Amino acid sequence: MVRINLTVDGAKVADDVEPRMLLVHYLREKLGKTGTVVGCDTSNCGACTVHLDGTSVKSCNVLAVQADGGEVTTIEGLSQNGELHPVQEAFRECHGLQCGYCTPGMIMQSVDLLKENPQPSEEEIRLGLEGNLCRCTGYHNIVKAVQHAAGQGAQA
Amino acid sequence: MIPAQFDYLAPTTVEEALAALAQHGDEAKILAGGQSLLPVLRMRLNAPEMVIDLGRIPSLRGIRDDGDAVVVGAMTPHTVVGSDLLVAEHAALVSKAIEHLADAQIRHRGTFGGALAHADPAGDLGAPTLALGAQFVVQGPGGTRTVPAEEFFVDLFETAIGEDEILTEVRLPKHTGWGAHYEKFVRVAHQWPIVAVAAAVRVEGGTIAEARIGLTNMGSTPLRARAVEEALAGQPATEDAVRAAAAHAAEGTNPPSDLNGDADYRRHLATVLTRRAVLTAAGAGG
Repeated sequence: MVRINLTVDGAKVADDVEPRMLLVHYLREKLGKTGTVVGCDTSNCGACTVHLDGTSVKSCNVLAVQADGGEVTTIEGLSQNGELHPVQEAFRECHGLQCGYCTPGMIMQSVDLLKENPQPSEEEIRLGLEGNLCRCTGYHNIVKAVQHAAGQGAQA
Repeated sequence: MIPAQFDYLAPTTVEEALAALAQHGDEAKILAGGQSLLPVLRMRLNAPEMVIDLGRIPSLRGIRDDGDAVVVGAMTPHTVVGSDLLVAEHAALVSKAIEHLADAQIRHRGTFGGALAHADPAGDLGAPTLALGAQFVVQGPGGTRTVPAEEFFVDLFETAIGEDEILTEVRLPKHTGWGAHYEKFVRVAHQWPIVAVAAAVRVEGGTIAEARIGLTNMGSTPLRARAVEEALAGQPATEDAVRAAAAHAAEGTNPPSDLNGDADYRRHLATVLTRRAVLTAAGAGG
């Protein structure tokens, strides 16, 4: 077992973990952060996307020990003072989901995208979300939601 | 999917990492960004007893100007290399290839040296580094040595890095002012290329003075399309001239056949993609 210390959604946590434990399993099973989901288990679908030290990563493709000392933000850490994050609000407003399984990852990647590029074109949104698969929507309303969030100044 | 059990070390210097590697030998596996290794471990295609994580060695990260070359630390993430101004100015072919490498999350986490050491023939960095004549600096118990790109890629997932060595940096010879383009053919946006072509050209007054072309996934290693390079030298940067030269793109290749296409299909793709890559590169450099 290896001792890790990190900050998850603003709270300091420390645990002994097996080196082989994936970050997504650590978040879900040790911390109960089940908002972050396991989708494909092959690092293709992006459903497990979280932010590690300020950038988006697929948490099924990071070991918990690699996150030692780092700062993780999950979908559960986006809202502030009971207010949804503007990107969460935009996905609700534009109905950017159907079954909702890909949504945590889509939102986390969209937040990252808008941080880098606050006013993306439609093509830039589609490219920016290429690592996130949705099997329901055909991406139409997801792209609209990101455009809506960009219009609301979601990068702030 | 969960990897088999392993022990874990996170050294903070290259010397510590080399000592760990010497101690654990072929039971050990080096972890760079992990974007290829972790899927392999999860699927249990490999089950090392020891994983040595290079992620906490600051000296392996960063990009610097070293006279005639831009030097990229092996543990520098793709995103950093892809947005670096030195790389864009002097080795634009690498910047172009990184633009469409995997997806944003993978580019944040995956590393330049890790991807090259993994040596996947469908990886996006082999062809551009080979085309630019990159030099690979590896460090072992006996010190460092430099391996030219032509000798670095040995076979499928196999490089010239010894079992007791670590890739520390990659030297990209400056190709300032060259036009560059990476033309990648995929079925699914963020997947590996079925075939891709990396082209850098030096255009002088509408004539292609020099061309360097690398092929991705046209054999067990990245390949230089030397026949095309020779045919292009001195030719006008026109559609007809480039098309004629690009017809040589599959010469000397040995592409795989798989669900995405058979070898003949890949040979055809190589000629088409080479034409597109060279024309785009020439336009950008002219």
